[in-house]
Amino acid sequence: MKKLMFAAAALALTAGMGLSQTVRIGTEGAYPPYNFINDSGEVDGFERELGDELCTRAELTCTWVKNDWDSIIPNLVSGNYDAVMAGMAINEERQRVITFSDAYIPPASSAYVALSEDVDVENGVVAAQTGTIQASHVAETAATLIEFASPDETIAAVRNGEADAVLADKDFLVPHVTDSNGELVWIGEDIYLDDGIAVGLRQSDGPLKEKFDAAIAAMKEDGSLNELISKWFGENARHFE
Amino acid sequence: MFAYCADPASLEGLQWLSCYLTTGTHMLFYASFGTVLLLLAITAPCALALGFAGALASRSRFLPLRWFGKIYTSMVRGVPDIIFFLFVPIALDQAFEWTRHQFLCDSDAPVRQGNDFIVCAAAKLPLSTSPAWVHDLYGIFLAVIAFSVVFGAFAANVLYGAMRAVPRAQLETAEAYGMTQRQVARRILIPQMWTYALPGLSNLWMILLKATPLLFLLGVEDIVYWARELGGAKTSAFAYPHPDWRLYYFLAILVFYLLMTWISERVLTRVTRRLSAGQATMAGEALRKGAAA
Repeated sequence: MKKLMFAAAALALTAGMGLSQTVRIGTEGAYPPYNFINDSGEVDGFERELGDELCTRAELTCTWVKNDWDSIIPNLVSGNYDAVMAGMAINEERQRVITFSDAYIPPASSAYVALSEDVDVENGVVAAQTGTIQASHVAETAATLIEFASPDETIAAVRNGEADAVLADKDFLVPHVTDSNGELVWIGEDIYLDDGIAVGLRQSDGPLKEKFDAAIAAMKEDGSLNELISKWFGENARHFE
Repeated sequence: MFAYCADPASLEGLQWLSCYLTTGTHMLFYASFGTVLLLLAITAPCALALGFAGALASRSRFLPLRWFGKIYTSMVRGVPDIIFFLFVPIALDQAFEWTRHQFLCDSDAPVRQGNDFIVCAAAKLPLSTSPAWVHDLYGIFLAVIAFSVVFGAFAANVLYGAMRAVPRAQLETAEAYGMTQRQVARRILIPQMWTYALPGLSNLWMILLKATPLLFLLGVEDIVYWARELGGAKTSAFAYPHPDWRLYYFLAILVFYLLMTWISERVLTRVTRRLSAGQATMAGEALRKGAAA
């Protein structure tokens, strides 16, 4: 403890000043293909590639930080990192606390997945990740909601029969359904619950929002954002017009 | 790790497994066992020290100090750990940054702006430009404080109870010999209370051992985080795709925890034995008879 306190004190005293702007980007690292931890232990995925490209264009030095989903917004407003790129969809509830850049993924379709096609998602038991727009949607229907801390567990719950179906982002579900050899099937039509996925920022961080907005606009303009979406989510995913 | 691991898709059987178990993420998984042990090694003595201070404060004859001790133990014990872990490290971090802000920044902008907590770049702790290990170390530092405060409160209550359990006759005898209150506490009360405190303290130790998953709330990755992360189903987007293997990972962790429990049990038995020697308790009596026979 004493040593650590000394270390902290030493850090406090020797810390340099007047440095170029480093932006720390927080992510969950458990939401492929948006963001995940690759085999060498680094943050990888669509958001990693997009984030690095945005930072290059905005001339920022960026580092990536892993953070639990539950504390991802408190740590952002508390200044432990400066931006969140974690497949976070824009919605009203979040907008009261933080601000969002322009969307880098068009309004996401969510979908139900189950083990058989005759599951009743309106009245059955539906799994969703805690604190997501999908969870609030299920809570509004007549279905029984069971919440899980990570998206992986929601799929596992369907496979082991704990839940009848899972409601999650379609892009997240696609690889699971494709890899399951027909075991997992889609239920019903896609539903749209949000205004797109964007970078989450502190409300007071206007300049950073401008930089991200400009870089995202530029990437939409020259088509490189659509290329990235195709690369990670396939040709059938939604693209910007 | 090995040369033949360059193309994971072509591997099979044991070779595949040997490559799989030596990926970068698995190395981080193995390292996280070290993180957990380190945290335990630092937290346990800190919590015990805080608990000791808390117990002494609760017994103090100075009223405000007694209040402080009582409020500390009952408040911390009443708040759920997860709330405590979401709140204390963030509050602590903000307190440090606020203090640094007063000295290191020359902006007049308010630190609190709506929901946001803003300090200038130079007052950040650690600095945004610091390497990742500094952030990790700082996270562990906050975790140690949070764990120590929580478990210190429980330990304080255990020690407080233990101090009251020491037979009054022992203290009275000491007083009859003319010792002052302070001498009674140091020579009789504290050496004798440990034998009463040990069962409670060993419970706390076991709980602390298993409380490490709370670490990830602070961004520190512990063994349970990695087991969940590595065991979760991996689609073909990964180099080593596999179905849900969490069961196997959690079994490995189970073995680790059982091993830790087993070691702790052995150590605690020895300590109990030592502490019972010469005590006016049944265990002490048994020891005395055993030695005489």
